[in-house]
Amino acid sequence: MDFDYDTLVAFSKSWGLLYLFAFFLAVVVYAFWPSNKNRFDRAKKSILDQDDKPWK
Amino acid sequence: MIGQLTSGERQSAVVILLIVAMVGLSMAALGRTDPLGVHGVIVMLFSGGLLYVVLSSFYAPAPTEEREASYYDDPIKIGIVLSMGWAVFGMLMGVWVASQLAWPDLAFDAAWSSFGRLRPTHTTGVIFGFGGNALIATSFHVVQRTSRARLAGQLSPWFVLFGFNLFCILAVTGYFMGITQSKEYAEPEWYADLWLVVVWVTYFILYIRTIARRKEPHIYVANWYFMAFILVVAILHIVNNLTLPVSWGHAKSYTVWPGVQDAMVQWWYGHNAVAFFLTAGFLGMLYYYLPVRAQRPIFSYRLSILSFWGITFFYMWAGSHHLHYTALPHWVQTLGMTFSVMLLVPSWASAGNALLTLNGAWHKVRDDATLRFMMVAAVFYGLSTFEGSFMAIRPVNSLSHYTDWTVGHVHAGALGWVALITFGSFYTLVPALWKREAMYSARLIEVHFWLALAGTLIYVFAMWNSGIIQGLMWRTYTEEGTLAYSFVDSLVAMYPYYIARAFGGLLFLIGAVVCCYNIWMTVRAKPVTSSRSGDVPVVSVASVAGE
Ligand code: HEM
Ligand code: HEM
Repeated sequence: MDFDYDTLVAFSKSWGLLYLFAFFLAVVVYAFWPSNKNRFDRAKKSILDQDDKPWK
Repeated sequence: MIGQLTSGERQSAVVILLIVAMVGLSMAALGRTDPLGVHGVIVMLFSGGLLYVVLSSFYAPAPTEEREASYYDDPIKIGIVLSMGWAVFGMLMGVWVASQLAWPDLAFDAAWSSFGRLRPTHTTGVIFGFGGNALIATSFHVVQRTSRARLAGQLSPWFVLFGFNLFCILAVTGYFMGITQSKEYAEPEWYADLWLVVVWVTYFILYIRTIARRKEPHIYVANWYFMAFILVVAILHIVNNLTLPVSWGHAKSYTVWPGVQDAMVQWWYGHNAVAFFLTAGFLGMLYYYLPVRAQRPIFSYRLSILSFWGITFFYMWAGSHHLHYTALPHWVQTLGMTFSVMLLVPSWASAGNALLTLNGAWHKVRDDATLRFMMVAAVFYGLSTFEGSFMAIRPVNSLSHYTDWTVGHVHAGALGWVALITFGSFYTLVPALWKREAMYSARLIEVHFWLALAGTLIYVFAMWNSGIIQGLMWRTYTEEGTLAYSFVDSLVAMYPYYIARAFGGLLFLIGAVVCCYNIWMTVRAKPVTSSRSGDVPVVSVASVAGE
């Protein structure tokens, strides 16, 4: 098979789509994974208590 | 500045500066009368000046206290000062080029002050000088505070900061002499580009190493945005600037990319410069300084992660919307258009996340101009990304392309989003950094806010009007099928809008000057002794609370 313009187009239209979609799913799973909830909650609050007061 | 360096580090600084000066000398020797030679002299002067600073306090007392017990704030302070200096310079150039468009005589018939040379001094001055220094300074601050660790280097932060500014100086002085690669936002020639690679890789390594020594286990989302900014800008810069110099003694070079591929690489670069220089890093600021200033956690942390990956992966494919109706294959244009429209989702997710964070604290927004800067920035971010996604649709682009509508879109993003979020962050950062109770004058922040907002609105509305008029005039046909207006007719129609834009820009510039004054007076004020004294990194892991 020649590696030409059509090859690239076919590749982008199939694997490119698949790769982006798989990536999207992976990110959604990570963001909504139940055991990550506490980590995220703590992370978003922890930046607030710091600038003036260090952790005790 | 030098006080925090040990004598070994001071020696290294001298060695580095001598090496840079040697490079400057060889540039001057090889380049002779070529602009390269002039740049060699500038490099020597720059490193000589810094050498003087280092040597003059070379024998000052070495740092006594345990440095690791405090954050490294000196480079951040200098970064803020440099950023504001470039802001005034770059915006002054902006007002000048804006006035030249209304009154061409303001070029005064000199080569160096012609529109074609001053325009890139404006874009480089504001994007790289103002924006770049602001990004470096705030990223150094955010990474230390969120990691609760000191920067992973004593000398490298200075190297990054001054190295980057040397790049900006080479860029701007080059334009005055007529040097350009003719690639927008990538105008500097090969030697400046090579230098920026060294600086930028150092920046990336410094950032990663600081994250690696963090005491806080979770990497806060703002750091992801800053890391994406640093990493992707490195990749873009290297790929777009692959060039072959005419000779070692010449400033001129030719790109390795042929024809339409060159165009595609350039706008892949150009659009991702918008995405990762003018957006990702500033989103990092938004996700840190807005919650801190409002004293409210970000509305949804999950959403911030989703929009991070959305922005990172969609933006990469959007560049071809700059090349609609060109020789670029049709499907590549369509790809760029599709991804641009999809980009609206993560963009609005970020803007909405910021605004929802403020929901329930609108009284704070009303009373606090600093917070209002950031709130309005989020609104303009939402607005300009909506506009961008719209303009990326091919038939819409056939109207907007080549017109002032693009310039209006640019400045809705650049003034309304980039500059306002930066000012808001600086007003939050400066008192904390210099350990002051608050900024010198809240009234002046208020004045700055209204000047900036009025300037932005005048600018953007003027350009929307003129852009759409231009676009429509260029596509109006007579009954005989000829164009109804000549180009000059459309130019004459622009005249009032160009005056309005120059005026709006002037207001914006005055606001920036007010900001400089306010920062200066804050720095000169007496520090508070008690309340901020606890602003130190956590030294031992054992003290991590709640783990
Ligand atoms: C004082 C405020 C400002 C004024 C008066 C101003 C004025 C101008 C003018 C007259 C142009 C050339 C437009 C043309 O060629 O038709 C321009 C271009 C540009 N400016 Fe500004 N500007 C200002 C602030 C800023 C800031 C703060 C930024 C970025 C953070 C910025 C980014 C840009 C960019 C990226 C372009 C190139 C746009 C393009 O090629 O489409 N400007 N500006
Ligand atoms: C979803 C987000 C965005 C999309 C889809 C988008 C899309 C576009 C489009 C279609 C153009 C016109 C291209 C042309 O006709 O030549 C453009 C130009 C531009 N945009 Fe955006 N935009 C977005 C966000 C932003 C933001 C937030 C900023 C600034 C901070 C920005 C800065 C620029 C600049 C500087 C140009 C001018 C490029 C040139 O020199 O020609 N954009 N954008």
